[in-house]
Amino acid sequence: MIRTMSKLPGKSLSTPGSRLLPTSVSQVGTITKYELLNYFRSRRFFILLAIGLIISGLLTALVAYYGVSNVAPCLPNTCSSPPLAFYSFWWGSSITFVIVLSGIFFGGDAISGEFQNKTGYFLVANPLRRSSIYIGKWLGALTASLIVLAIYAAITVGNGLYYFGANVPYQFAESLSFSILYLIAVLGFTFFFSSLFKSSSMSILVTAILFLFAFSLIQLIVSGLVQVEPWFIITYGSGIIGNVLMDTYPTTQPIRGPGGRDSTTFAATIPEGIAILLIYFFATAVLGLVLFERKEFT
Amino acid sequence: MPSIVAENLTKRYGSFTALSNLNLKIEGSKCVGFLGPNGAGKTTTLKIFTDMIRASEGRALINGVDVHLNKKKAMSSVGALIESPEIYPALTPRDALSMVAEIRGLPRAEKRKKIEEVVSEVKMEEWLDKKVGKFSKGMKQRINIAAALLSDPDVFLLDEPTTGLDPRGMAEVRDIVKSLKTRNRLIFMSSHLLNEVQDICDEVAMIDHGKLLVYDSLSNVTSRASSDGGNIVEVELLRDIDERTVNDDIASLANVSSAERSDPRKVRIHFSGNIQNQERLLLELANLKIGMISFHPSASALEDTYLRLIKDTL
Repeated sequence: MIRTMSKLPGKSLSTPGSRLLPTSVSQVGTITKYELLNYFRSRRFFILLAIGLIISGLLTALVAYYGVSNVAPCLPNTCSSPPLAFYSFWWGSSITFVIVLSGIFFGGDAISGEFQNKTGYFLVANPLRRSSIYIGKWLGALTASLIVLAIYAAITVGNGLYYFGANVPYQFAESLSFSILYLIAVLGFTFFFSSLFKSSSMSILVTAILFLFAFSLIQLIVSGLVQVEPWFIITYGSGIIGNVLMDTYPTTQPIRGPGGRDSTTFAATIPEGIAILLIYFFATAVLGLVLFERKEFT
Repeated sequence: MPSIVAENLTKRYGSFTALSNLNLKIEGSKCVGFLGPNGAGKTTTLKIFTDMIRASEGRALINGVDVHLNKKKAMSSVGALIESPEIYPALTPRDALSMVAEIRGLPRAEKRKKIEEVVSEVKMEEWLDKKVGKFSKGMKQRINIAAALLSDPDVFLLDEPTTGLDPRGMAEVRDIVKSLKTRNRLIFMSSHLLNEVQDICDEVAMIDHGKLLVYDSLSNVTSRASSDGGNIVEVELLRDIDERTVNDDIASLANVSSAERSDPRKVRIHFSGNIQNQERLLLELANLKIGMISFHPSASALEDTYLRLIKDTL
């Protein structure tokens, strides 16, 4: 039986005696849809949301208890905008942690789980490209993470509105955009590690260790001790999320440390930060996809 | 006409060859049983046909389309069940089957009806909206079979489809496969269960150590049970029998081509001829007074062929 699903040439596929298949783009949409459904049904999404709400709740309580001027002080000589100091304290200090958790929750075992749990056997034996599965699952993870990010941003802005009215600094919008870019890069990276390993726990563990400890430690050693700009580390690029919320954007500059020892503090400029995050995303996303395409269900 | 073709299909893992130069051409509406011991290369072959693994050499074609080069097109007319896939535990069968239906392009109006139809066929209607995580292995396997049936494909690639099922489930799956045959489908099915293959399949392919040993119709394969194309009977005895009696007395009876002691109280006799010859053989054996308490044709001619071929390759 042959039925028509699309009249656009080259947009769908038919074989003699078989039905017309949806386009690969449409199949990506299907995978995304059911990936999201799986997140919602498995409570994974709600656990991350709960963590985000707990962090927001703690910050709300902290500000309410100690007062906004004490937790996010705006001193006359160094600060010109109390709302900017508030958003820097709230958003700048916590959002990268929420993003990394999103990467671990939604990307850590996204691909490795298909091998270890044998759920991939259900999907792969169907008429769709592996790239459709990979991209669909990535988009599912991105969508779920963006929902969490949006809720976290809404709570941040809600608090800001309460304390400062509608005076939301434009830098917050910039920081939010960079946060989304960082999220994209983190998910690209976590999917790469998820493709690299067949064990879910291994891919989750490696991702968590890298983002929660290793990158920060390497960045500290490279910039602090070796005095080399750590442009090759993703967390260095993500520094633009917090830096853009500072009254004066930090720059790379020499400083005189204790004992008269000269050293340099490094800060990625906005174009550098964007470039680092984009390169990380494209490189790891392509590598992860190639690995998944080549990996065998043995 | 649906077809699956293996051309010089080889799969190597380092120095180990899992599949060696497999050539197989199956065409038409039929069920072909794919037999072999563990590690023979059955699942490897089926995984290459679904692009779950890549062949080291050779090609796998479904309806003339190379599976590796154009998987989407090749698999568009295939329903596959490889090993025992797991379904996301948080999803219900309806969700999982909806996903497959959308991937395969079932129209929205047809999707719901078709899902309920295939779920009914595997007797899982009551579980349609329950989470798969609570299911037993057999129940999951039923849903996997439903997923393979969903788009009504021309070709079925089934890897031990009755694995994990209880006897009733196995019988139901056999009925499903039989009904597919009546709907002009090509079924390529691996199995360890020889009686299942004998019951369902029209043709048999046997594989061992990655090499195809035989591919022929079931009747031709079973007639190979005896090297001379004859019959086999199995005799059970009240007391132990010695090798000399088997080789000298029994093997020399009329029409007997060979006799072998399968255990101290069992003898397998290969003989040629018709039912009258069988009656005469029974009488002569009784006259030998060897303590015969049962005399019956071999339980499975397919099993005999299988055991002989597989033994020969060791």
